[in-house]
Amino acid sequence: MKRLINQHPGRVLRAALGILPFALLVVFYLVASNARLAENPNDKLLPSFGSIGDAVERMATEPSKRSGEYLLWADTGASLRRLALGVGISALAGLVFGVLLGSIPYLRANLSPFVATLSMIPPMAILPILFIVFGLGEVSKVVLIIIGITPFIIRDLQQRVRELPDEQIIKAQTLGASSWQIILRVVLPQVMPRLIDAVRLTLGAAWLFLIAAEAIAATEGLGYRIFLVRRYLAMDVILPYVVWITLLAFLSDWLLRVASRRLFPWFGTQKG
Amino acid sequence: MSQLEFSNVWKEYGDQVVLEGLDLSVEEGEFCSIVGASGCGKTTFLRMLLGEESPTRGSIELDGKPLPDEPGPDRGVVFQRYSVFPHLTVLQNVMLGPELQKAPLTGRLFGQAKRAVRENAAGVLASVGLDHALDKYPTELSGGMQQRLALAQSLITRPRILLLDEPFGALDPGIRSDMHELILNLWQQTGLTVFMITHDLQEGFYLGTRLLVFDKVRTDAQALGAYGATVTYDLPIGSTSGSTIDGIRKHVEEDVPRAMEAAAL
Repeated sequence: MKRLINQHPGRVLRAALGILPFALLVVFYLVASNARLAENPNDKLLPSFGSIGDAVERMATEPSKRSGEYLLWADTGASLRRLALGVGISALAGLVFGVLLGSIPYLRANLSPFVATLSMIPPMAILPILFIVFGLGEVSKVVLIIIGITPFIIRDLQQRVRELPDEQIIKAQTLGASSWQIILRVVLPQVMPRLIDAVRLTLGAAWLFLIAAEAIAATEGLGYRIFLVRRYLAMDVILPYVVWITLLAFLSDWLLRVASRRLFPWFGTQKG
Repeated sequence: MSQLEFSNVWKEYGDQVVLEGLDLSVEEGEFCSIVGASGCGKTTFLRMLLGEESPTRGSIELDGKPLPDEPGPDRGVVFQRYSVFPHLTVLQNVMLGPELQKAPLTGRLFGQAKRAVRENAAGVLASVGLDHALDKYPTELSGGMQQRLALAQSLITRPRILLLDEPFGALDPGIRSDMHELILNLWQQTGLTVFMITHDLQEGFYLGTRLLVFDKVRTDAQALGAYGATVTYDLPIGSTSGSTIDGIRKHVEEDVPRAMEAAAL
């Protein structure tokens, strides 16, 4: 008998093992839901898949009586727009500052302690300030995401730049490169796939800040809807919304991973 | 006048003396092999030549002018590892030097100028035997091929001095002898001044025109850092008797490590 750490499942078994926890969760839910509904057909806590399906259909395909919008899509659009804006601006700022702080000792000495301190501020604690300064509109939500994740991306990229072997930087200088050229042709292209990694790591936090901001003040958005229908114990809407958010988060992570592999084929093979 | 002139060069880190009283002059086109036990300042010597480190005392002059205190295009380098850029293909790696020098703002060339550089780069790559791998990334190359690439990358910008820091240290013995032949050919064609650090004494004795042995003249068993190393042997290769070489070999391979071990205990 081989050691446990040396035993690997085959393809089919691996897939089956991967699916198993999901299947168990669904079965567990069905059993619990049936049990509660048998006792009280009006129970709202664990709605049947049928009533969840009805709710999804209502949210996705019927215009809202009040606004005439298809709520699921309007909420998704609003949330994704805020998320893309926040994450996009953060990634850009993280890239610029991370590369500069990583490459230029004077800038690092000047700004690195400041960024490190900023990153320790709990973003939720300054959300009221953002509401006061930027109002309750779109800006404060986007800014919360930016404040929440940019310091992390800056610090991560600064570290990645400093991990580039000294030999490469010296070699570039012996080829006649200026500081600017080293940043442009040696540092920047090598940091791009690492930026994608950093963004993937911060996506979870970005969603957290987005939903928190929407819960407190918004008129549409996935987080807004969940917190709105909570008043009516509408689990038949909350549960599919949570699954939908999870799916969106998973898809964006997967897209970034594929993009990284396509755009930077040299990355990842490096360690081998 | 010599191309490179070291006069009474010292290098200290705090109270740790690494090099002391180093005097050396090197003519254009010489091929100096550098050997010595580890911790005897070979790498520090190379880093000073690169401009990464400055001497604590004394002076280094290149063509009668003080050596610049940062790396520059007059001194090319090949390290044991990480000398090539992983995000560029073989061809792009070699084109990088000319592109950087001709396009200060973007570091990239386009159109006619790019085609000219590409042709030149392909030619240099052919001379190191990499013409079949132009579009591969460095990670797809073997260790020997990566070092050939690093050589081509350095040579295309025509440096005056080439610094090699154990360039073949990580290679298999068979590949290493191919590389020796290659580096000798390139040196003869280009007339470069070459400094090569090696831990392989065989390599040091038979490659090049001059052998520099780095060693400590004095040692203090109580304080290993109290005295620095200097060039203890400076021999023209080819006209040195076998017994001298055997003596150095015995000294570097056996006596010095033994003395250091004894001191460490």
